[in-house]
Amino acid sequence: MKVWLTSILTLLVWMTGFLVPAQAADELVVYSARNEQLVRPLFDAYTRASGTSIRFITDKAGPLMQRLKAEGANTPADLLITVDAGNLWRAAEEGVLQPVKSAVLSKNIPAHLRDPGNQWFGLSVRARTIVYSTVRVKPSELSTYEDLASAKWKKRLCLRTSKKVYNQSLVATMIARLGEEKTDEVIRGWVANLATDVFSNDTSLMQAIEAGQCDVGIVNTYYYGRLKKKQPNLDVALFWPNQETSGVHVNVSGAGVTRYAKHRDSAVKFLEWLSTPPAQKILAESNMEYPANPQVKPDPLVASWGSFKQDTLNVSNAGKLQSSAVMLMDRTGYR
Amino acid sequence: MSSSASHRNTRPELGISGSLDVGVWPWRLASLAIAAIVAAPILIVFAAWLGPATETWPHLVNTVLPGLLRNTLVLILGVGSGVFLLGVGLAWLTTMCEFPGRRFFEWALMLPLAIPAYVLAFVVVGLFDYSGPVQGTMRDWFGSSSWFPSVRSEGGVILVMTLAFYPYVYMLARTAFMGQGRNVLDTGRVLGLSPWASFLRISLPMARPAIAAGIALALMETLADFGAVSIFNYDTFTTAIYKAWFGFFDLAAAAQLASLLLLFVAVALVVEKQMRGRARYEVTGKLVNEPRFHLIGWRAAGASLTAGIVMLVAFIIPVAKLAMWAWESALSDLDMRYFRFFFNTLFLGTLAAGLTAFAAVLLAYTYRLRPEHLTRAAIRFATLGYALPGSVLAVGIMLSFVWLDQQISNTALAVFDVKLTQVLTGSLLALLLAYVVRFMAVAYGPVDSAFERIKPSLLQAARSLGASNWQILWRVSIPMLRAGMFSAALLVFVEVMKEMPATLLLRPFGWDTLATRIFEMTAEGEWERAALPALTLVLAGLIPVVMLVRRSNSRWA
Repeated sequence: MKVWLTSILTLLVWMTGFLVPAQAADELVVYSARNEQLVRPLFDAYTRASGTSIRFITDKAGPLMQRLKAEGANTPADLLITVDAGNLWRAAEEGVLQPVKSAVLSKNIPAHLRDPGNQWFGLSVRARTIVYSTVRVKPSELSTYEDLASAKWKKRLCLRTSKKVYNQSLVATMIARLGEEKTDEVIRGWVANLATDVFSNDTSLMQAIEAGQCDVGIVNTYYYGRLKKKQPNLDVALFWPNQETSGVHVNVSGAGVTRYAKHRDSAVKFLEWLSTPPAQKILAESNMEYPANPQVKPDPLVASWGSFKQDTLNVSNAGKLQSSAVMLMDRTGYR
Repeated sequence: MSSSASHRNTRPELGISGSLDVGVWPWRLASLAIAAIVAAPILIVFAAWLGPATETWPHLVNTVLPGLLRNTLVLILGVGSGVFLLGVGLAWLTTMCEFPGRRFFEWALMLPLAIPAYVLAFVVVGLFDYSGPVQGTMRDWFGSSSWFPSVRSEGGVILVMTLAFYPYVYMLARTAFMGQGRNVLDTGRVLGLSPWASFLRISLPMARPAIAAGIALALMETLADFGAVSIFNYDTFTTAIYKAWFGFFDLAAAAQLASLLLLFVAVALVVEKQMRGRARYEVTGKLVNEPRFHLIGWRAAGASLTAGIVMLVAFIIPVAKLAMWAWESALSDLDMRYFRFFFNTLFLGTLAAGLTAFAAVLLAYTYRLRPEHLTRAAIRFATLGYALPGSVLAVGIMLSFVWLDQQISNTALAVFDVKLTQVLTGSLLALLLAYVVRFMAVAYGPVDSAFERIKPSLLQAARSLGASNWQILWRVSIPMLRAGMFSAALLVFVEVMKEMPATLLLRPFGWDTLATRIFEMTAEGEWERAALPALTLVLAGLIPVVMLVRRSNSRWA
C-alpha cells in the first residue's frame, strides 16, 4: 500500500508545475494564434541569431486572450502573436497588451498597419481581393468590390461565409469608408448575386469558379497562391480592385508584448527583430503573404501577380467596426 | 430496529446498505468532490447570467436566432432517428444474427468512431459538391449535373453526422444485446412471439438504458459540434454561440446562450428518465449467445450490403481519401516528431480513459450504495458539460483551474511563505483533469447502464454476507461491469485523441498531439496537409477498437 501511495504521489507531483524549472533569463514565452508551421521557422531563426530560446503554445485567438486575461499577473506569456487586426484590436481593448515605444518598429512598420496606441504591430499583410474565371470574365469588366453588387453579376458571384473574420474585416472597413447605409446596399447586392450558398473556405470557392459554378469571388491571395502552385493551369486569376479609389483591402497578422511580460526588454527586442528584413523574408515566404516592412520584397510567385495600391485606412478599424459589420451581414441575410 | 432494516433492505431503491449507513460517507464525499470538479466549469458558464445584458441578445433574437433554433431541432430529430436506426439495427444484426461477413462487421462497424466528424464532413463535401470529382464526372458524361442533389444541405449534414455518431449507439446497444443473451429471447419464442416481435417487445425495451445513453451521447455531440456544421455552412445554435464570442467579442452572451443549450439538454435527459419510469433492467440467468438467427437468401444479402455500405461511406472512403492526401504531403511533413505526437496522444488517451472510467464507476457505485437525490443531481449536472461547444467548456475549465491556482498560491504564501505562480494551469495534471471534466458523460453513460443491469439483490446478498463496500465494488460489481467499463474507457480514449479545444488551451509547452497537429494545418485551410495527422489518429484509434472487440468476444462468445 505504501509503495502504491508513494508512486501515485510522485506521479502527481511530476504532473504539476512544481518541478518546472524556473525560466532562464534569455527565454521567451509566446502564445500564438498563428499556427506552428508558420511561427516555428521564425523562432528557430531568432534562437540561432540571438541565443534566446522560445517556448510557445498555439490556439485560436479567442481562447488565448481569455487565458491571458484569467492568468493576469501570473501569466508566463511575454508575447501574443495572432492573425487578423480585429483580434489584435480586441487584445488591446481587453488590456492584455502593453504599449511599446520603439523607433525600429515605427520605422519598419507603416503607420496604418500598427495600433495607434502602439500596443500591437502588424508583421505580415494579407490582401483580400477579387478572383475571376479567365474563361468567362474579361478583367475590364471588373472594377471594385462595390461593383460586384451590380446586376451584371447576377447568379455569377461566389462568396465565403460571413462567419469568417476576413469577410467581417472587409465589411468593417467598407463601413468605415462608405457608411452603414451604402454598405448595407452593397451587401444586399452581393447576396442577391450569389450563384450558390456561401462557401466554408476560400479554396473551395476558387474550385467552384474553376468548375463553372460561378464567375467571380473574393479571396485572400495566399490561398490563390497555394492552389495555383498545385494546379498551374488553373483558369482563375487575381484582380486588384478599387485602384482608382480606396485600394485593395488588407489585413495583418501581428504581435504585441503582454501587459505582465516577465521578460519585457527581450520581448521588445524580439518584436523589433520580427520587423527587420531577415524575419520579414521568412514571414513572407512561409505563407505567401506580403511583408509588412515595405523594404522587403515578397516571394517571387507573389511578386509575379503585380503590385497594387492598398487601402491605407488603419487596420484597427476592422476591430472597432467588427460588431457593426457582423450585425449588418446578419440583417442583410449574408450567411 | 434491525428487523425493520432487513425488511427495507429488500427494496432496491434504498441501495446496497438499505437504511444502514455502513461507511458510506467517505464514498459520498469522494463522489461529491469529483462532481464538484466536473461541475465547476459548467457553473462558471451559468454564472455569465450575473453579468450585464448586452446588445448581442436583441440582435440575435431579431435576426438569426429563430432560423437557428429550427435548424437545430431538425438536426436533432434527423440525427437522433438516424443513429437510432443505424446503431440499433446494426448492433442487432451483428449480435443476434448470422450473415456473411458478420465476424468482420462486428468490430469494423466501430471504426468510424476514430474519424472526427469534421474530417468526414470535409471529405464528403469535397467529393460530392459541384466542383468535386463526382459531379465533375456527371458533367463530363451528361453535360449537366444540375439534377444532382446539393450535398451542402439539410440532408447532407444529417447524413454525415449520423454516420459519424452512430457508433456510440452501436457500441452500447451491442454490449446490451450481448448481456441479454439468447435465453430471454427463447422465452419469448416459447411464448409464441416471432423473431421480429421478440426483438421489438423484449430485446429493445431491455436495452433501453444503453440505447438511450448512446443516443444522448450522439445528440450532445451533435449539439456541441461546430466543425462539421460549418463545413456544410449549416447554422445551428452553436453557430450563434461562436458568433457572439468571435463575431461580437461577447463571451458573456456566448456563455449565456451555451447555458440555455445545457438547460435544454438537462430537460431532455430528465424527460427520458421519467418516461422510463420505475422500470428496471436487471439481467437474470446464464448468458448464452449461441445459436444466432441464421439469415439466408435476400435477408442475408441485405444485411451484408447494409453493413458494407455504412462501412464504405463512414470509414473506407474517408480513410482512402486521407491516405491519398497524406501520401502527397508525407514527404515534406513526416518527421521524427510524429513519434512524439503519437506517443503523447496514446499516453494522454490511456491515462485519461483510466481516470475517467474510474471516476465514473465511483460515482455510479456511490449512488448504488445509497441512492440519494443530492448525489443524483450532482452527477446529472456534472455530465451535462458534454453538450457544450468545446471551446466554451475549455475556457470554463481553464478559468476554474486558474482560480484553484490562485487559492493554492495564496495558501502557500500564507502558510509556507513560498511564492508559487502556476502549479496547475499549464501542467499535465490540469490537462488530464480537463479530460475527466469534458468526458465524464461519455464514461458515465456506459457504466451507469451496466450497473442498471446488475440485480441489486446480488449486491445486497454480498452485504449480508459481510462484504465491505470496497469488497462489493472490487469483487462483485467490477467483474460484472467489465464490459461497460471497457466501453467507457474506449469511448473516452477515442474522444481524448480527437479532442482539440481543451488540449490546445491547457497542454503544457511542447505537449503537441495528433489533434493539435490537425488544428495547426486546418487553421489556415491546409486540409490536405492535415490528412497526415488525421490518418495517424485513425490508425491509433484502431488499437483500442481492436482490443475492445477481442475482449468482448472472449468474454461473451
